[in-house]
Amino acid sequence: MTAADNGAASAPLSAAQPCVRIEGVTKRFGEFTAVDDVSLDIQEGEIFCLLGGSGCGKTTLLRMLAGFEQPSAGRILIDGQDMAGIAPYERPVNMMFQSYALFPHMTVQANVAFGLEQEKLPKDQIAQRVEAMLSLVRLDGMAQRKPHQLSGGQRQRVALARALVKRPRLLLLDEPLGALDRKLREHTQFELLGLQKQLGVTFVVVTHDQEEAMTLANRIGVMDRGRIVQVGSPRDIYEYPSTRFVADFIGSVNLFEGRLTEDEADYVRVACPELPAPVLVDHGVSAAPDATVWVAIRPEKIQLLRERPEVADNIAQGTVRDVAYMGDMSIYLVVLPVGRELRVTRANLQRKEEEIFESGDAVWLAWDAASPVVGTG
Amino acid sequence: MAARGLRLGRLLVIGVPMGWLLLFFLAPFLIDFKISLSEVRLAIPPYAPLLEWADGKLVAMHLQLTNYRYLFTDSLYVSAYGYSLQVAAVSTLLCLLLGYPMALGIARAEPARRNLLLMLVILPFWTSFLLRVYAWMGLLRNNGLINNFLLWAGVIDTPIQMMQTDFAVYLGIVYSYLPFMILPLYTNLEKHDGTLLEAAADLGAKPLAAFLRVTLPLSVPGILAGALLVFIPVVGEYVIPTLLGRPDQLMIGRVLSDEFFANRDWPVASAVAMMMLVLLVVPIVAFQRLQNNAAHAR
Amino acid sequence: MIHARRSILVPSIMAFGFAFLYVPILAMIGYSFNNSRLVTVWDSANSPTLKWYSALWRNQQVLDAAWLSFRIALLNATGAAILGTLAGLVLARFGRFRGRTLLTALTTAPLVMPEVITGLSLLLLFVAMEQAIGWPASRGVTTLTIAHITFSLSYVAVIVQSRLAGFDLSLEEAAMDLGARPVTVFLRITLPLIAPAIVSGWLLAFTLSWDDLVISQFVAGPGSSTLPMVIFSKVRLGVTPDINALATLMVLTVAVGVVIATVLLRRQERRRERDLRLAAGAD
Repeated sequence: MTAADNGAASAPLSAAQPCVRIEGVTKRFGEFTAVDDVSLDIQEGEIFCLLGGSGCGKTTLLRMLAGFEQPSAGRILIDGQDMAGIAPYERPVNMMFQSYALFPHMTVQANVAFGLEQEKLPKDQIAQRVEAMLSLVRLDGMAQRKPHQLSGGQRQRVALARALVKRPRLLLLDEPLGALDRKLREHTQFELLGLQKQLGVTFVVVTHDQEEAMTLANRIGVMDRGRIVQVGSPRDIYEYPSTRFVADFIGSVNLFEGRLTEDEADYVRVACPELPAPVLVDHGVSAAPDATVWVAIRPEKIQLLRERPEVADNIAQGTVRDVAYMGDMSIYLVVLPVGRELRVTRANLQRKEEEIFESGDAVWLAWDAASPVVGTG
Repeated sequence: MAARGLRLGRLLVIGVPMGWLLLFFLAPFLIDFKISLSEVRLAIPPYAPLLEWADGKLVAMHLQLTNYRYLFTDSLYVSAYGYSLQVAAVSTLLCLLLGYPMALGIARAEPARRNLLLMLVILPFWTSFLLRVYAWMGLLRNNGLINNFLLWAGVIDTPIQMMQTDFAVYLGIVYSYLPFMILPLYTNLEKHDGTLLEAAADLGAKPLAAFLRVTLPLSVPGILAGALLVFIPVVGEYVIPTLLGRPDQLMIGRVLSDEFFANRDWPVASAVAMMMLVLLVVPIVAFQRLQNNAAHAR
Repeated sequence: MIHARRSILVPSIMAFGFAFLYVPILAMIGYSFNNSRLVTVWDSANSPTLKWYSALWRNQQVLDAAWLSFRIALLNATGAAILGTLAGLVLARFGRFRGRTLLTALTTAPLVMPEVITGLSLLLLFVAMEQAIGWPASRGVTTLTIAHITFSLSYVAVIVQSRLAGFDLSLEEAAMDLGARPVTVFLRITLPLIAPAIVSGWLLAFTLSWDDLVISQFVAGPGSSTLPMVIFSKVRLGVTPDINALATLMVLTVAVGVVIATVLLRRQERRRERDLRLAAGAD
């Protein structure tokens, strides 16, 4: 019972100690390696998102934190305590399941009270905490309903209340918004952020939805084939992807192969066979001269022009092949003479006709030296 | 501590049903096999021990295959096995021919009526099997309901002999085993997406073509499950042929029972059972595969 | 409608099929009120009569057998419900373990195994056990109950397993995550969820035992004739009208039970539909 008790009672340990420390954790299922040598620190009060496609190992990692799976190698420490051999019901960790896993035969009240009953708290204290938690998630008046009498959004809030009422050190959320429809999602997202701020609980969120990760997380860990490929703030991950995989996975991007022709401390030039002019990038890269590199340019960072701009680098000429009008912005598919297609997005700031490019128009493309990202990985 | 307790509990939960089934389901077959190799004798129990022990040493082993040789040489056994397989195969086909349209009809009925129809299929299953066979005796006898009706209507002058014929056996078996065919078929057909048929129609398939190309192939697992649920037990069927069947052509279940109860020849009865098991191994394994797949699909 | 052409064929086969299933039973019920001893000759002058029912009531052999069958059916249903629930739980929830394939095989084989084989083998086992350890000393209620449990626990296991398959494993994980130990998880989450399956499994096991003839014939001892064994010996000698009365009573009992169950189920379903409508408007 030692671990379960320290939810509220024991004082937080030194500030330097991370809430969760994952050390070289590997998980194998037979031949298959689901999680491959992952090391990670998650700080107190943080919202950390594990982002990746299906089968990347993010859910397995979450289940190891909850105690449903045991690592094949490595250690997991929560508040400095090694979790090896500690059963799920003894961990200061609670989880919100993707399916919510609400007990169908119990009322909302009984669902939320269940965890506190396991701690053998006095009845009046349980009732008090359940009531307070239900009103925090705006479910007062729903206490006597059964799960099937609730809407999707209400169920999600019951699942959240049931996990939070235990005052866990760490809340694990498996695709918390996955089962909600689009409108409700955005609203719930902000609610979740508000709750987290209010209660100060550390969140670890697993999601495949980058938008969800971007809006919720303080930090994101992008996972691919069992490994963490980049950890950083949402902004870092989007603007400075460290690998080609991350660049491609997060948002949409135009990727080019190229050769490093000039390599200075504060800028580089890359020759891309698919682009007529060299790409000038205002940051350095640690690679040998003449190395093969990738260059990524986000669609919103490319300008569409009718006339050739007066520059030597970072331009290309092409023809608009398709326009998708999205309301607030439009997506243009531009074909270069070599046949390569580029994606360009442009905010529809004006209503004037001459600002609108149409399919078949000849255009010039240009971008700033601050926009492209260069990498070798 | 917790981990060890957990393992112990887990072992117990697995061990109790497993132990029961090993002792009362698997072990009996081994004993059955052992006795099928021994010699009949007038004693209690009526078979000779296979191994003779003296001073903790094995002095003699009376292992013999005579009982099995009987099964292949005596035409009684050969024809009983053949007849049982034939009856099982024909009854399975008849059950399928009647059960498939019924399962389809139920699966395509409105949801509210579906449960009622399904219940009507299951209801006889909950009433005594023996009494349902007995009910047919009242209908099929020479002075039974059917003959009386036909005589009264003037269709026939003398009663038709229906009892103690193959016809009566098939009737009784199809009647008793029909629910076993309908239920797995229904479970399968009910899951079919209705839009599949609409898509087939949209692509120009007429109803018959849509049935043959879409519904039928998708229902193969249901057909197999139903067919095996009928075929396997019918091979060993005892009650129906005894009450309704021909006295001159026995099914193997009856032969086994006669060897055991009337002749008190336990070794031959055991050999008959072993042989039947060998014949049924393939269908039984197929049935288990199917059950397993169904469990995993869910 | 695209089914237009089939709309005659399928319903007519269905009508025939249902008539096929019910006409013999209805005829039997009708003749149970017939005065004539010649069962199938309707004595319209003196029928309907309840005389076969009173004859049945006075038949001590039938009453004794029914009481024996009832006791065995109760013991069997309870034993099979416990063992079958454990087996179903293991197969649905315990994941991979050594012996899983064996357990799967041992629980599905009894569903199709011809009864003569099971019956003979079990008897041989009982005889061998009696020789080896002196137990079971005689054949009767004990051997009958063991034999019945052995084949009916499979049915319970299948029902429980498929009910559990309908529930996400995460329900039990969630309970554990909230601090419940395995025993608590089972008692408070798993058991309430599978309770309906255990009840239907219990009822099915009861019926299977109540109906069983072939296996009972093998493992029953002298003086322990179950109801189906008595019926069978009477029926083999010819049709006897008091069996019609007995059959009618049994069919009626089952029918009443099923009707009650259906009404209860439908009421539950209606409540559920109302709940779903309630939930739909909330977001």
